[in-house]
Amino acid sequence: MLDHIDLTRLIFGRLSWDAIPYHEPILIVTFIGVALSGMAVLGALTYFRLWGPLWRDWVTSIDHKRIGVMYVVLGLIMLLRGFADALMMRAQQALSFGDSHGFLPPHHYDQIFTAHGVIMIFFVAMPLVTGLMNYVVPLQIGARDVAFPFLNNFSFWMTAFGGVLVMISLFVGEFARTGWLAYPPLSGILYSPDVGVDYYIWSLQIAGVGTLLSGVNLIATIVKMRAPGMNLMKMPVFTWTALCTNILIVAAFPVLTAVLAMLSLDRVFGTHFFTNDFGGNSMMYVNLIWIWGHPEVYILVLPAFGIYSEVVSTFCSKRLFGYTSMVYATVVITLLSYLVWLHHFFTMGSGASVNSFFGITTMIISIPTGAKIFNWLFTMYRGRIRFELPMMWTIAFMITFVIGGMTGVLLAVPPADFVLHNSLFLIAHFHNVIIGGVLFGMFAGINYWFPKAFGFKLDRFWGLCSFWFWVVGFYVAFMPLYVLGLMGVTRRLSHFTDPSLRIWFVLAAFGAFLILCGIGCLIIQLVVSVLRRESLRDLSGDPWDARTLEWATSSPPPSYNFAFTPKVYDNDAWADMKNNGYTRPLKGFVPIHMPKNTAAGFIIAACAAGCGFALIWHMWLLAGLGFVAMLGSTIIHTFNYNRDFYIPADEVVRVENERTRLLNSYV
Amino acid sequence: MFSSIARRGFLLLPALMLVGCNTVVMNPSGDIAAQQGHLIAISTILMLLIIVPVIALTILFAWRYRKNNTTARYEPEWDHSTALELVIWGAPLLIIIALGLLTWISTHTLDPYRQLARLAPGRPVPDKVKPVTIEAVALDWKWLFIYPEQGIATINEVAAPVDVPIRFKISASSVMNSFYIPALAGQIYAMPGMETSLHAVINKAGDYKGFSANYSGAGFSDMNFVFHGMSSGDFQQWVQKVKADKSNLDRAGYLQLEKPSIAEPVRYYGNVEGDLYHAILNECVKPGQMCMDQMMAADMHGGEMQMSGTEHEQTHMDGKMQMSGHHE
Repeated sequence: MLDHIDLTRLIFGRLSWDAIPYHEPILIVTFIGVALSGMAVLGALTYFRLWGPLWRDWVTSIDHKRIGVMYVVLGLIMLLRGFADALMMRAQQALSFGDSHGFLPPHHYDQIFTAHGVIMIFFVAMPLVTGLMNYVVPLQIGARDVAFPFLNNFSFWMTAFGGVLVMISLFVGEFARTGWLAYPPLSGILYSPDVGVDYYIWSLQIAGVGTLLSGVNLIATIVKMRAPGMNLMKMPVFTWTALCTNILIVAAFPVLTAVLAMLSLDRVFGTHFFTNDFGGNSMMYVNLIWIWGHPEVYILVLPAFGIYSEVVSTFCSKRLFGYTSMVYATVVITLLSYLVWLHHFFTMGSGASVNSFFGITTMIISIPTGAKIFNWLFTMYRGRIRFELPMMWTIAFMITFVIGGMTGVLLAVPPADFVLHNSLFLIAHFHNVIIGGVLFGMFAGINYWFPKAFGFKLDRFWGLCSFWFWVVGFYVAFMPLYVLGLMGVTRRLSHFTDPSLRIWFVLAAFGAFLILCGIGCLIIQLVVSVLRRESLRDLSGDPWDARTLEWATSSPPPSYNFAFTPKVYDNDAWADMKNNGYTRPLKGFVPIHMPKNTAAGFIIAACAAGCGFALIWHMWLLAGLGFVAMLGSTIIHTFNYNRDFYIPADEVVRVENERTRLLNSYV
Repeated sequence: MFSSIARRGFLLLPALMLVGCNTVVMNPSGDIAAQQGHLIAISTILMLLIIVPVIALTILFAWRYRKNNTTARYEPEWDHSTALELVIWGAPLLIIIALGLLTWISTHTLDPYRQLARLAPGRPVPDKVKPVTIEAVALDWKWLFIYPEQGIATINEVAAPVDVPIRFKISASSVMNSFYIPALAGQIYAMPGMETSLHAVINKAGDYKGFSANYSGAGFSDMNFVFHGMSSGDFQQWVQKVKADKSNLDRAGYLQLEKPSIAEPVRYYGNVEGDLYHAILNECVKPGQMCMDQMMAADMHGGEMQMSGTEHEQTHMDGKMQMSGHHE
C-alpha cells in the first residue's frame, strides 16, 4: 500500500514551480520591489540593532496601546496594496475600449478586483477600526489594559498572518477570481479548481478567528473594567459604538466562519452544501454570507460614528448634543443590521412581500442614522468650531455621507434596485459610504489620537494636502460611476465596446490619481511629523482641550495608563474633572499589577498560518504538522504560570515625577 | 474654504443630474423600466427634502460658528432640546413612511413574476393578446434563447414584437449570471437548477443592449446580446428567418454548446428539441442523468420511485460519475 503514496505529492501537494508567476511582468516587478524594500527594512533593523527591541517591545507586547498601533500600521500598509489594485482597475477600465484590451487579461484582472475588495474590507478597514478601538477604549474607560491582554496579542497576529497569506498569493499561486464574496457555484471546485479560492478561504478563516477573539475581549473589557462611577449612560460615545460593534462581531463572524467552512468541505471533500446538484443550494451561501456581510458594514461604520462624536464635541468645545438619543440610535442600528441582509439580492427572485419587507427595514435604518447626523449638526450649533484636521474630516464626512446614505436608501427600493443592482451606481454608493463614512472617520481618528499615542501632533500642512486630495479625489473618482450606473454599465467588466462611456472612466481614473496624491501626502505627513516632532511636541497630554478620560493621562501614556483609577461623575469625565478643578495626585503611589509579555500569540498564529498555507496547497503532511504545532504551543502556553508582575512603587513615582516636571515646564 | 467646496459641489450636481436624466436607466423604451426609472426620480426627490437642508445647515453652521466669529452665540453646556429631538427623529420618520408605502406598492406592481396589467400608461393589456414566451439560459459565456411556441432557438440575439407582453423564463447552465436589458426592464438572476421569471414589454422598435449583470468568470465582459424590439410583421419575418436555418439544437448539440467559449457570434437554430429547456433546468441533459424534479419527487416519497429501487440507484450513481470532470 505504501508504494501508492507519492512522497513529493505528500510533501508539496499541489505546489510546483508552475505556481510561480514568472511569466507575469507586473508581478515580477512587484516582487522585485517588495524584495528590495523588504531587504532594506531587514538591513536597517540589523544595522540599527532593532531586532531585540522590535521583538521585546512590539511583537511579544501585550500592551493594548502597542497592539493598537500595530493594527493601524497593518491597516495602512495593506491600504497601499489594496489601493495599488484599485489604480490598476481604474487604468484598465480607462484603457480597455474597442480594439484595445488594456494591459490586464481577465485572468489577472479578475484576481485584482477580488483582492481589492477582500483586502480593503478585511485587512484595511477592519485593522484600522480594531486598532483605534484597542488603543482608545481602555483609556477612555480608565482601565489599565483590556480584559485578556494575551488574547489581544494573539488576535492581532491572527489578523496579521491572514494578511500575510493574501500577500503570499501574489507570488505563489494566485488569488480567487470570484469577486470578494466568492459566490458558489463559481467558487466551487468545478469552476474554480485552482488555489485562488483556497487562499481566500484560509486567509479569512485565520483573520476571522483574530477578529472574533478581539470582539470577545473588548466586550469583556467594556462591560467589566469601567472606572468606578462610569455607568453605561456615562460612557463616551466612542466606547458605546465600540461595544455595539464588538457585539456585532461576536454575533456575525461565526456565521462567516461556518459558511466558509462549508464551502471548503464542498471543495475538498465533495460535500454538496452549495453545489448545483444533489440537493446543494447556492442561494443558501448567498443568504449566509450576507447575514455576516451586512452587519459587517455596521461593524466598520459604528466606530467611525463614535470617532465623529468625540471629534465634534471636542472641536466645538461643547457637550455632544443628544447623548441619549445618540446611544439609542447606535443600539437601534445594531439590532436592525440583522434584519436587512436580503437587500443584497432582491434580484434573485424573492417574492414581492419578502422584498418589500427587507426594503422597508433597510430604510428604517436611515432614521437613527439621520438622527445621528442631526445630533452632530446641533453639536456644531452654538459651538466654537476649531478647524483642526479631525474636524475637517468630520465635516467632509457629514456632507459626503448623506449623499451615500441617499443612494443607499434608493437601492433599498426593490424595483429601483432591479435596474441599479450590480451596476457602477452600486459601486459608487458603497465607496461613498465606506470612504466617506469609514475611511474619513479613521483619518479623523488617526489625526485626533496620534498626539496621545506619540506625544506630538501630526503636521497640519501635509495633513491639509492629504485631506483636499482625498476629498476632491473621492468626488472625481466616484461621481462618474453614479452616472455610468445610470447608463446601465455593470461592475467587474474588463473590456468595453461603447466608446461614449470612455470619458467617464478617464475621469474616474483621474480621481483615483488624486487619491494617490492624497495617500502620498499622508505618508509625507507622517514622515515630516516625525522629523519635526520637537516643534510639534505636546507636553500637556491634552492638546485639543478634549473631554474624555484618555486625555487625562500623559502622552504617550505610561504602560499602566493611570497611576490611580479615575472616578467618574459625569459623561465627558475629563471635561468635568477640568471644570471642577481636578488636581493630579502627586504622592501615595503603590505598586501596579500588570501582565507580562509573551511570544505565545505570535508563535501560535505563525503555526496557524503555516497550517493554512499547507491546507491551501493540499500539503497534508505539513498541514498536520502545523496543526499539531499550533495545538502544542497552545497547551505549552497554558503551563506558563509566570504571567504577571508588579511595577514597583518607586518606578511609578519616577514616571509620575517626570510627568510633573514636564507639565511644569509646559506651564 | 468651505464655501469653495460648496460652490464646487453645487456646480457639479446639476451637471451630473442633467447627464443622469438622459441615460438608458432614466429614459428607457419599455414600460416596466420606465416605471422603475420614474420611481428612482420620485424617491430621490423625496430624500432630497431632507438631504439638501442637512448639507446646507452643515456648511452654514461650520461657517457661522467658526472659532474666529466671536459674535456668534456660544453655549457649551447646551446639549438637549426635546422639541429638536422630536424633529430630528420625526422628519426622517415621515419621509420613510412615505417612501415605505411607495416601496410596498411599487414592489408589488413591478414584481417581475407578475403578469403585466398594462402596456403603457393608460393602455391596459387587451384581452385577446397572448404573451410571447422566451426561455433564456445563461451559458459560459453566452446567452441561449429558446422560443418554445415557435420551436426555434438563438444565441446572443433575441427579438420580441412591440407592445406585446413578453414572459421570460430564466435559468443557467453552470454559475450565476443576471439577465439584464436596461431599456426593457430591471434585471433578474439566472441561476443553475432554478428558474426565475420576468414579465416586460417593449414600447419602441429598436436594437437594445442586453448583457449579464453578475460576474461569472473569464468571459463575462463579452457576455452581451442584442435585443430587437420589432413591429409584429418584422417579428414574424425574423422568426421565419431563424426557422429557415437548417441547424437543429438537440441534447448532444447543447452539450457541445454548453462548453465555455468567449464572444460567441450570433447563431440561429431552425429547430430545437422539445423538452431541452426542461432538461437544462433540471440538470439532466446528459443521457442517463436523473432530472432534479424526478429526484425531488422521489425524495418526497422517502426515496421510492415508480421504477425499481436498484434502477434508481444506478441512475443516481451514473449521474454522479458524469458530474466529475464536467467542467474544464
